[in-house]
Amino acid sequence: MAGKKLGLIVNPIAGIGGRVGLKGSDGLEIQQQARALGAVPLAQERTAAALEVLHSFTGELELVTAPGEMGELVAQKCGFSPQPISGPQRDGGLTTADDTQLAAQAMQEAKVDLILFAGGDGTACDIYQAIGSNFPVLGIPAGVKIYSAVFGITPKDSGELALAFLQGKGVRIHEAEVLDLNEDAYRDGQISTHLCGSLTIPYRRRRVQNQKVPTPASEVVQAQAIATDVVERMTPNQAYILGPGTTTRAIAEHLDLPKTLVGVDIITRDKLLVSDVGEQQILEMLSHRPLKLIVTPTGGQGFLFGRGNQQISPRVIRLVGRENILVVCLASKIAALRGRPLLVDTSDPKVDKLLTGYVEVVTGYREKIIYKIAY
Amino acid sequence: MKPIAKKPSPRRFHQARWDEPVIFELSQTGQRGVLLPPVEAEIEKQVGNPAQKLPEALRRKKPPALPEMSQNQVLRHYVRVSQETLGVDLNIDIGQGTCTMKYNPKINDQLASTPKLTELHPLQDEVTVQGILEIIYRLEGMLKEISGMDRVSLQPGAGSAAIYTNICMIRAYHASRGDAQQRDEVITTIFSHPSNAAAAKVAGYKVITLYPDPDGYPDLEALKAAVSDRTAALLITNPEDTGIFNPHIQEFVDVVHQAGGLCFYDQANANGILGITRAREAGFDACHFNLHKTFSTPHGCGGPGAGASCVTDALAPFLPVPTVEFDGQKYSLNYNRPQSIGKVRPFYGVTPNILRAYAWIMSLGADGLREVSEVAVLNNNYLLKKVLEIRGVSAPYAKGKHRIEQVRYSWEKLTAETGIHSEEMAVRIADFGMHFWTSHHPFVVPEPMTLEPTEAYSKADLDEYVAVLRQMAEEAYTNPEIIKTAPHNSTVHHTHHDPFDDPDEWAVTWRAYLRKTGQTKRE
Ligand SMILES: Cc1ncc(COP(=O)(O)O)c(C=O)c1O
Repeated sequence: MAGKKLGLIVNPIAGIGGRVGLKGSDGLEIQQQARALGAVPLAQERTAAALEVLHSFTGELELVTAPGEMGELVAQKCGFSPQPISGPQRDGGLTTADDTQLAAQAMQEAKVDLILFAGGDGTACDIYQAIGSNFPVLGIPAGVKIYSAVFGITPKDSGELALAFLQGKGVRIHEAEVLDLNEDAYRDGQISTHLCGSLTIPYRRRRVQNQKVPTPASEVVQAQAIATDVVERMTPNQAYILGPGTTTRAIAEHLDLPKTLVGVDIITRDKLLVSDVGEQQILEMLSHRPLKLIVTPTGGQGFLFGRGNQQISPRVIRLVGRENILVVCLASKIAALRGRPLLVDTSDPKVDKLLTGYVEVVTGYREKIIYKIAY
Repeated sequence: MKPIAKKPSPRRFHQARWDEPVIFELSQTGQRGVLLPPVEAEIEKQVGNPAQKLPEALRRKKPPALPEMSQNQVLRHYVRVSQETLGVDLNIDIGQGTCTMKYNPKINDQLASTPKLTELHPLQDEVTVQGILEIIYRLEGMLKEISGMDRVSLQPGAGSAAIYTNICMIRAYHASRGDAQQRDEVITTIFSHPSNAAAAKVAGYKVITLYPDPDGYPDLEALKAAVSDRTAALLITNPEDTGIFNPHIQEFVDVVHQAGGLCFYDQANANGILGITRAREAGFDACHFNLHKTFSTPHGCGGPGAGASCVTDALAPFLPVPTVEFDGQKYSLNYNRPQSIGKVRPFYGVTPNILRAYAWIMSLGADGLREVSEVAVLNNNYLLKKVLEIRGVSAPYAKGKHRIEQVRYSWEKLTAETGIHSEEMAVRIADFGMHFWTSHHPFVVPEPMTLEPTEAYSKADLDEYVAVLRQMAEEAYTNPEIIKTAPHNSTVHHTHHDPFDDPDEWAVTWRAYLRKTGQTKRE
């Protein structure tokens, strides 16, 4: 078997807030507060649990790590001889998002076969921002907030999946959404996730936190089925506002149109009218033609409006009209809500109220569900 | 003489494990199981060559590529394969929830294998098959009584086929009123059996699925939002696969009827309600039973089971043909039903199973059927109590309430605490000569396990099963490796589910397998 290169990035402060109830680890102040409360970051032991599995790799495995606490040390502790990438070494809890991003870029340049990273949603976002959606990576769940579908269910699952992927054991890759959560709001008892981007991950059912719900068809196939249904309903010349997300993007893909992943675009059945619009542009267009709206909820919390799609403002929603909003969603995302309603938080209580009640959600080809919206 | 030593509990088990090829790989050109003597001259003279008498279009150009083997090879092959299975005749088979794996009395198999039945030909003249027609007719009558419906067809070959038969009748009903174009939606619930949604889709309908309310009941308000003048029907299972009986079922029916839709009751989960509640009283227009579940006929390993479609008079004109009629003296087959949806299966149904179900019901009587349900419910609630004592298990929804005949449990807590998933537990349990099933997809109940003890098992059997679950839970906490690396004592190997939606990665026939692997013939 040919040698393989594995990149390893540990966010050493990931998870530090969790055990002392701080709900996250973003920001130096929180991290200091956590340490003062006696918190120990979980990231090292969780990384070790994943690395242990990789000892069964048959063949030569080169481990390229970020320096010091960011991977090198734990790799040594687990009996590997890691090659640290060059770069500043900031230990003692002083590492920042920049360090994660630089490390990820260096590993991409070094053409590692896979980057394994330990952290939470914030770390995943950093990696996406550094290297985009097309490089294979996989998360070891070590953060407090794990809403993105890019992590193994347990650290061991991450290790096993990485192992199988590196050994070429028929593991597929797919694109999965990266979500981030606003920690300040979370600490105040509100949960608000938004789509931050996507990453390509090795994937095996039941090994990845697939929003914790496996479905018979892969998410790609589900999204294609939804797109087929939606396109069948689209009428010629009608323009549609497409909200952010991989599910809405599948609709554009079905029509061979480009679509921004985290932005809002306006399309007709045969062309892209405007890409990545803001509220003003939408209102402008609404002033001379009627628009319909296609949106999908955020994973994890199921926010339909008010998280990562503020361009679709209360005024836009009013002008479009509730009856012209089409909601699409993967069945697996719905199941992951565990019965909780879809949420709206448009910042206009009247619009929120207007949106509540039951809504049809397209979940497949000629398949829909009736689901509750609340605020 | 020393007494036989006591055996440990849970009992030890080791299954056969053969490296047994697919039967096509065993084929050797020229091998034969039976050598037929040449046709005698006299016969040839009288009959000629019968093959030449077949219409040209029916004659094969090339003989079929069947495996060529000797008799003992065939026997050995299938005995080996049979040693690598589990099932209702071998283990405490309460883990295949929703499937009602009850004991199938062997005497009924004997009845079904009598030449009086096996030697009948489906094209025989009616007057020569009065006996089996009588049994079909009488079994229909019993199921009418059990469901409260007006007419029954035993033609469908399984539960899903019966559901499909019913939705076809519903479609024909709307068509007869000029409503078929407009009424193009069918409503179901997420805990109804997926065959309801599937049958509706095959019949050309769009499907709307309702999710449960926080207590796990289908959400009545969601139903109200779902119905419209496009509603053709509600297809709903009750009790649902969670073992929870929907107490608002009649309101569901009323809401759909008010919108002009019909209501179909999936009664494949009827094992806990026989003689207790009926589709009729809940206001349904149609229902179905699985004879191979509730009425104790073999499941046929996905082969021919038997389904019963039951309808009210309003739907009766659309029943499949032929119907079995009785004029007080003679049984007959009636094909003259102009509004019939036609045939859903060749001939009249899976007659051996119809006979078994008839015999089973006759041996119990009405009181016996009710007792079946009472014991099934009692067994289930005993099991519920015992299983909930095991570390890491819960039974989501309807907290503190009793269940009907099955329960969908969750290992979610165990997974969170040990990293072991319910699917891994499901592989490990085979090491104990037992089995459990998770659930349909998507896993609305996380880390699911669906158990249905039926009336057939004793308290000791249930205790034995629970002891195995307890031991596995213990292992998950103390020695998870043994679960991760299972199976150790059973035949089951790991299967990879990832390529299931990639048709290039699977084959359902040998020919497709050869094509997709780029082989023309296996060396
Ligand atoms: C509630 C319910 N409905 C329908 C079916 C489908 O029956 P069959 O497997 O015979 O097609 C089943 C079988 O598991 C069932 O449990």
